[in-house]
Amino acid sequence: MGNVGTQAETDLTALEKELLSSIESASDLAALDDVRVAALGKKGKISQLMKELGSLAPEQRKSFGQAINQIKQSVGTAIGDRKKDLEAAALASRLEQEVADVTLPTRSGALAEGRIHPISQVTEEIYEIFADMGFSIAEGPDIETDFNNFTALNIPPEHPARQEHDTFYFDPKPDGSRQVLRTHTSPVQIRTMLAEDPPIRIIAPGRVYRCDSDQTHTPMFHQVEGLVIDKHTHLGHLKWVLEEFCKAFFEVESVKMRFRASHFPFTEPSMEVDVGYAKVGDEIRIGEGDEWLEILGCGMVHPNVLRNVDYDPEEYQGFAFGLGIDRVAMLKYGMPDLRAFFAADMRWLRHYGFLPFDIPTLARGISA
Amino acid sequence: MKFTLSWLKDHLTTDATLDEILDKLTIIGLEVEEVVDPTETLKPFVVGKVVSAEKHPNADKLKVCEVDTGGTTNFKVVCGAPNARKGMLGVFAPPGSYIPGIDLTLTKAEIRGVESSGMLCSERELQLSDEHEGIIELPRSAKVGASFAETMGLNDPVIEIAITPNRPDCLGVRGIARDLAAAGLGKLRKDPVKTVDSDFDCPIPIELRFSEETGDACPAFAGRLIRGVKNKKSPAWMERRLLAIGLRPINALVDVTNYVSYDRGRPLHVYDADKLKGTIHARLAQAGEKFMALDGKEYEPETEMTVIADDSGVLGFGGVIGGEDTGCTLETTNVFIESAYFDPIRTATTGRKAGIISDARFRFERGIDPASLEHGIDQATQLILKTCKGEPSRTKLVGTPPILNRAIEFNISEIARLTGLELKPREIKSILTRLGFEVTGSSESINVGVPSWRPDISQSADLVEEVVRLIGVDAVPTVAMDRLDGVARPVLTENQKRVRDCRRLLAGRGMVEAITWSFIPRPLAENFAADAQLVDVANPISSEMSTMRPSLIPGLLSAAQKNHDRGFTDAALFEIGQAYRGDRPEDQYISVSGIRMGTAHPMGAGRHWLSDADEIDVFDAKADAAAVIMAMGQNPESAQITRDAPDYFHPGKSGLFRLGPKIVLAQFGEIHPQILSTMGIQAKITGFELFIENFPKRSRKSKTKSALNASDFQVVHRDFAFILEKDVPAGKLLKAARGADKKLISDVRLFDLFEDESLGQNKKSLAIEVTLSPQDRTLTDSDIEEASQQIIGAVHKATGGEIRG
Repeated sequence: MGNVGTQAETDLTALEKELLSSIESASDLAALDDVRVAALGKKGKISQLMKELGSLAPEQRKSFGQAINQIKQSVGTAIGDRKKDLEAAALASRLEQEVADVTLPTRSGALAEGRIHPISQVTEEIYEIFADMGFSIAEGPDIETDFNNFTALNIPPEHPARQEHDTFYFDPKPDGSRQVLRTHTSPVQIRTMLAEDPPIRIIAPGRVYRCDSDQTHTPMFHQVEGLVIDKHTHLGHLKWVLEEFCKAFFEVESVKMRFRASHFPFTEPSMEVDVGYAKVGDEIRIGEGDEWLEILGCGMVHPNVLRNVDYDPEEYQGFAFGLGIDRVAMLKYGMPDLRAFFAADMRWLRHYGFLPFDIPTLARGISA
Repeated sequence: MKFTLSWLKDHLTTDATLDEILDKLTIIGLEVEEVVDPTETLKPFVVGKVVSAEKHPNADKLKVCEVDTGGTTNFKVVCGAPNARKGMLGVFAPPGSYIPGIDLTLTKAEIRGVESSGMLCSERELQLSDEHEGIIELPRSAKVGASFAETMGLNDPVIEIAITPNRPDCLGVRGIARDLAAAGLGKLRKDPVKTVDSDFDCPIPIELRFSEETGDACPAFAGRLIRGVKNKKSPAWMERRLLAIGLRPINALVDVTNYVSYDRGRPLHVYDADKLKGTIHARLAQAGEKFMALDGKEYEPETEMTVIADDSGVLGFGGVIGGEDTGCTLETTNVFIESAYFDPIRTATTGRKAGIISDARFRFERGIDPASLEHGIDQATQLILKTCKGEPSRTKLVGTPPILNRAIEFNISEIARLTGLELKPREIKSILTRLGFEVTGSSESINVGVPSWRPDISQSADLVEEVVRLIGVDAVPTVAMDRLDGVARPVLTENQKRVRDCRRLLAGRGMVEAITWSFIPRPLAENFAADAQLVDVANPISSEMSTMRPSLIPGLLSAAQKNHDRGFTDAALFEIGQAYRGDRPEDQYISVSGIRMGTAHPMGAGRHWLSDADEIDVFDAKADAAAVIMAMGQNPESAQITRDAPDYFHPGKSGLFRLGPKIVLAQFGEIHPQILSTMGIQAKITGFELFIENFPKRSRKSKTKSALNASDFQVVHRDFAFILEKDVPAGKLLKAARGADKKLISDVRLFDLFEDESLGQNKKSLAIEVTLSPQDRTLTDSDIEEASQQIIGAVHKATGGEIRG
């Protein structure tokens, strides 16, 4: 039996050697699979040997069986290893063929092309700041009654202040009344107070119109009106709101502000407000330097205006302000020419416009 | 309002520097617009002595002068002035000087063969007057080499301030001084004007000829005659001041009225009394009257206008402008001074209608001090007597000046209530007193008499303003407003939110936001009127801005055209803003509109190696509209699509998104080629417009999203191709297929449109992919077959389409 065993074991060793060698020399996955079938397939050499096991004597069966299993295992492992190698080689060779010229340009896509107009962007910045201070947003029509635009605001007919407004008019109605293109956003004060009871805390942004056109004036521009009415808001609160606004809007730690006495028929006391700035090259730096730039008009709401909307001026009080949106946009972002805002030149809009994802919020910072 | 520093100091004793004065003026509401210091512009000019003046060798009318300016060498100057002569003192400008009157910088020049370095100047050359007959001759006392400006007292800064319409009292230098004194910058000097006595009455009859209703047009008229005057040039100091503020000196009598007008804000008029006929009177004009005014123009007053007339007819507009024929000249020997009160509104209307801007009108329409009639005459009389001598009559006053003796009960706690500023009663009283108010009482509530020159003060808020203005708003402590909520609440209305969403969405689709004018040319507006009632501006700035836009599309088209003309042929622009269907508030609507031109697709414009550069078409516009509808919270797939877009769209390539038969959500399409060609646009343009107010409000209250129903069973996709008549809308097929089994069919997509003769005449093939999503079990072949038959049947029933074999 020893002979049988020895002979058989010698054969097995040769077979293993032969199989391992053909695995090693299999040049691709198909050839490797042929080797696998020839060795481990149903009719493969190792499978055949397994089948012969049954005809062996029980004492031989055990050791021979162990030997075959060992070969089966080592051949199986060798095939597995070789397969991995061949697969890796095949992938490497495929990848070598697959070369894209990654310098070819792609489409930049819609997000990079589109722009938000600076007026819209700055208006949203203003919303964000005043919303945090509890102001809601009111609106009114562009074509206004003479009453809302002037008379209710304590500017009676023939008042010299009317001449300063360069008003666009419409043809008189059969009853003699005449509508106007609103010359300021202040009529929204009247609309709001006629419709609501105090307390009121609103801003009202929008288009306004003056019959004036030159280097620094356009017949249409944008204002935001502010109005607070309650039982205790005074000039000190107005100063605070405007200072907080300017710091938040220009994103500076402190801002120098100058309140100059002035006159608006619908506020009393009335003030114009300047901010301090320095000009460094073409850049305007708010909060530095000692030059002054006027940015808004404001004051305590005139008792006559309160009476005109049936509020009792002894009970209610508050402030109003009007800010030029175009003007503060120019100051903050450095556009040199107001007229270009409305010329719809793609080059200007692309250059000064904002990306669609530049969404102003207080959490991320209001500017882009 | 212009004045000079020395003029101000006639009324104000102060140690303040010019800068302190300027800062204070601005802070108290008298905003400084410009300060010009003539010593700067007159810097190069010095006193020069002509040491020799010889005839020019080559020119009869020229002289060669040698000028000594106190330096080591003299200047040789060629001069054509007849008065240039040896020994005189003149104003010399060395080479390099800028001569303002002729806008020229001097260089050495050769004049007819003789070198000339520098210039002896005339008044016109220094912009001191129009005088150009000869060069300026300085008095003997002038020091050779000294600054001309200092020698002549021209070193007097000219200050220009903006006066708000409520402050007529500051249209005179004294009013400005009073404000500065009240603000703590010095002391108001005593008024030097005294009442002028006389021993004879004014012999010229004065009358007010108004009805009871129109009497307030000119309620008071004062006049005085001064006999035997010798009219002449005004004294140098007055001419200098008038010139400094931009007024041309004429003669002493006329100059005095201008001077008083600026010194006190009190307009006056002087007449040559010998040219007046009969009674001088104020009245309303009668139809057909005419007069020649001082500006050299003839006017025909309307019957609502106040005129001054004598027995020969109208002399001038009351409070606006006087007449040419009765004006004072150097020959005038008897002068009549008029000092009246004209109603502000009527004066403003007259001035505006006649188109006359004058210093008098400017003051009367803001309201002059009604108590200043006689005082003004006295001041003018004093000045005239000093220069022209003469014999004044008594002043005759007709009518009653409308002096309102106003007093306000002022509770001084109002200052704290409205401003937060706590002041001592003493401070408050002191400020008001310095402003000319008469304050009585000492408790919390004081009685404040309003001076006649302050028509703007009528209630206690006005007094609060006065005090705060002069204390300075800087003194008001800043107080934080109460925070209404812990965390700020959302404040936008639904439509405001929608506008913001649309804006970001469209920019995200590659479109560039434009803001175009609210007014467009009438002919263009007519093309886009649809059912709007066009509204024209009565006084447009140009015909290009005549009519309120009925739609945003025309403005965007004009913008596209301008960009196209600049060579930018691919543009995608949008605008969100108001348009107008009429002039009522409810006619104004918010439109979200956009256009695409050339190849401006959402993924980029122009040719690209990855894709073709097809022209944009109706489906780009439809896609934009659908995207915005989605941003509005509506499903565009469930909207109805109809073909009845307004006629500024291409009739075949346009449509509407509707919600039910009445509500139009949006419209889209190619812009009508005829409109483009009328506007001179060479490119194809598509556009859409969406109407925010037409969208229903979102009603969902709960934040909870509906439960997700994700079936565990595999979805099945099946393709179907149908042959249909060409004119059957694809929408019908899709609707039928979707409706075939609403539970099972979760999606239907149209992936192919094929049109070919081989399909039969007027036929097309549409292919769809249907997704079946079973809810309770895996679909069997027979389930799928059953669903397929349902789909085929439903499509056939709705469209007549047959499944393609």
